[in-house]
Amino acid sequence: MAEIQYQGRLHHLQKELMAEYYAALTASAHGSGVPAAYLLIGGNPVELLRAFDILPVFPEVNALQIAVKKQSLPYIQAAEFMGYSSDNCAYVKADIGLYFAGRKTPFATIPEPSLLLCNYVGCNVYMDWFGHLAEYTGRPTFQLDIPFIRTQAGAPSKGDVEYVMRQLERLVERCEEITGRKLDEDRLRESVRLSSLTGELWSKIKHLTKHAPAPYDAYFDSVTMMAPLYCLRGTAQGLAFFETAYAEMTERVAAGQGPLEAERFRFVIEGPPPWPHLRTFRDMFTRWNAVAVASTYSTVGGLWEFGFTHDPDRPMESIACHLLEWNLTNRNFLQRYQQIERYLSEWQAHALVIHSVKSCRLFSAGQGDMREYFAKLGVPTLLIESDLEDPRYFSEAQMRNRIDAFFESAGHRSIAQGAAL
Amino acid sequence: MQMPVIEEHLEEIVERCVQAIETQGFPDAESWKRAVPGRAIVGCFPVYSPVEVFHAAGMLPVGLCGGGNRMEIAHADSRFQSFVCSIVKSTLEQGMTGVLADFDALVFHSICDPARNLASVYRRNFPGKKIEYIHFPQNFEAPEATVYLVREYARVAESMSELTGRSVRAEDLQASIDTYDAVRRLVRQLYAVRSDTPHLLSTRELYSLVRYGYLVPPEEHLEVLTRALAALSERQGRPRDRVRAILVGSFCEQPPIDLIGAIEDAGCYLVDDDFLIGRRWFVGDVSRRSSDPYLALAQSYMDASVSTPVKHDLRVSKSAALVERARRHSADAVIVLCAKFCEPALFEYPLYRRALQDAGIPHIFLEFEEKMWMFDRTRTEIETFVESLLFA
Ligand code: SF4
Ligand code: SF4
Repeated sequence: MAEIQYQGRLHHLQKELMAEYYAALTASAHGSGVPAAYLLIGGNPVELLRAFDILPVFPEVNALQIAVKKQSLPYIQAAEFMGYSSDNCAYVKADIGLYFAGRKTPFATIPEPSLLLCNYVGCNVYMDWFGHLAEYTGRPTFQLDIPFIRTQAGAPSKGDVEYVMRQLERLVERCEEITGRKLDEDRLRESVRLSSLTGELWSKIKHLTKHAPAPYDAYFDSVTMMAPLYCLRGTAQGLAFFETAYAEMTERVAAGQGPLEAERFRFVIEGPPPWPHLRTFRDMFTRWNAVAVASTYSTVGGLWEFGFTHDPDRPMESIACHLLEWNLTNRNFLQRYQQIERYLSEWQAHALVIHSVKSCRLFSAGQGDMREYFAKLGVPTLLIESDLEDPRYFSEAQMRNRIDAFFESAGHRSIAQGAAL
Repeated sequence: MQMPVIEEHLEEIVERCVQAIETQGFPDAESWKRAVPGRAIVGCFPVYSPVEVFHAAGMLPVGLCGGGNRMEIAHADSRFQSFVCSIVKSTLEQGMTGVLADFDALVFHSICDPARNLASVYRRNFPGKKIEYIHFPQNFEAPEATVYLVREYARVAESMSELTGRSVRAEDLQASIDTYDAVRRLVRQLYAVRSDTPHLLSTRELYSLVRYGYLVPPEEHLEVLTRALAALSERQGRPRDRVRAILVGSFCEQPPIDLIGAIEDAGCYLVDDDFLIGRRWFVGDVSRRSSDPYLALAQSYMDASVSTPVKHDLRVSKSAALVERARRHSADAVIVLCAKFCEPALFEYPLYRRALQDAGIPHIFLEFEEKMWMFDRTRTEIETFVESLLFA
């Protein structure tokens, strides 16, 4: 089955911008003098770093780039040789392997950190990861502790927000020490303003997949947009990218274009992608003319489509709220069920695919319960397992069989019921 | 040699504890609850739980320790995948098979992602139980973290009070802290005896005495420990030629008691460990830290608690702390015994390994599962390790 590979302006612009971003990292590694801070994707205060001209480095993005290029295994094995377990998150192992291999990748040389900013937003592995980097690099570390969403109210308390804001003030002091500069409030407001516009556009783009056909695949094509969303958020280039993206996607809606020859199945997908086998995995859905109209993975770093925007008039507070409440990683597992339910109804999807990855227990631990919940609601639900970084956990034939069987039975069901699915 | 009568007493005490531990279900807690209307039971998932707060609200905090090696997992493994540790599944299984039917509340903590998701799964599947989740602060350099933690304790206190109708007054909390402080003091004494004279108190015995406290009110535990210490003071014996080792990695899911016995029998004196570390969390008395009991608890957590893989205190290197501990206990070796699939434990190992190698302290790495019941392999591995040390 032929797939209409999405290769518009957007795709080229993404490549260009990411190349520039990585060139800046390489320059920093080679002594450009621009300090670099490592931080994590799950809700993060990148806007604050922008105000100090500190380069954000995302070890998760580096790890996934390596995996997409099918180069993660030797790094993972090098880390396992150091004593890391086959059961530890492979993002961490790939990153540690890379660190000891001199931090050189085909796309950039990763600079040493001037600051290890561990934004503990949900994932407990983050703290192990950055704790280890702290021991290996001996560089200063800032642990930004974000209380998890844990009450029935499903929102942070006033005290939680205050606690995070006090820590952000301390982070500002730390950045002032590193750069020798005072915080420029105007620059902070400006980068928060750019983030707020970027977030609004990203949210609009996400709502466009409510159209049938969906103008793009909200899993496989969203990841193209997620790199700039994280690496360039809070900059003018980042905003320009999303202006282009939005324009292009609305054109596609107007023209009735989608990523497939003919959209047949609309599904929601939960869990991160199998980066080392992304293409193969995508083809497994394409051959069924199945499109993801929403994905939970595209909300790890921010959940804009449900109404959040940064606020330049309250820069610190809105950063705190982003970290605490408006991203997938800091929300509890049941809030994810609710998120998926909203996608199923508002985006008019008829099936749920759960991609359970061994590395990331934040996502995966308990997905059997999630399957049970949605199956009881009558939503056709498929649970498949592999990994996001370690190529050894992808069993292609088995995966294909499961996906084929799923859509085959979904197809029969739609004939029997005369339904859309 | 004639055994002194008193020594048998310690064995009896220990045997009673072992029996209670190996009994399926929680009969002691259930009869405690039935004795007086209005009482409630809260199950505390590992690792550390602020039991004083629950006790002060009129509850019996029961320590959850998984299903051991006698429980078959028949339902929970369809909810949690094969790569998730056993205690998460066995704890869910306990709920699904009615073992926790008399429990009014369960509390989970920010120790790892599977335990956290388990809290959510419980909340959905057991709407009749109160499910609390405590986020412990991980920024140990910010004074605001203590303020946050005081609020967090007050929040769960209020929540639990809804079950018993008894709000937690400062004096109640103070009294509960005093009781648990007294228990912890005795446990520290027992640990000191074992480190100084490991031939007089085995780890199997010590473990059983401490774990008994997971099942009964602290007042009763205190009494048992007091009697155990008295009996112990009469014990005599001669040290044997064994390796002094400290054991780390088993801070959450617990190995079967017989596995602990097998490790000792393979030629080790375990002179320190992190079994059941949640009830031995503080290095000194909590009540000394402040006259405000909430503040005392929170400050103790932040500044006077043990180093474990589930606490990320950047002021202390965990691997350096391990080396220091090994030296403090004059240990010849370290046994890293991790629960299978336990990410926090497994993550510590590369750093431990590096630090131990640098310090010239031999170590062995092993994995266990609570449900295992054959120990020959572990025993042989430890024997080989011990021989390599004794005859090096
Ligand atoms: S466990 Fe998941 S969220 Fe955490 S570092 Fe690994 S991949 Fe990222
Ligand atoms: S055994 Fe380890 S992974 Fe399992 S719940 Fe305990 S800390 Fe988490």
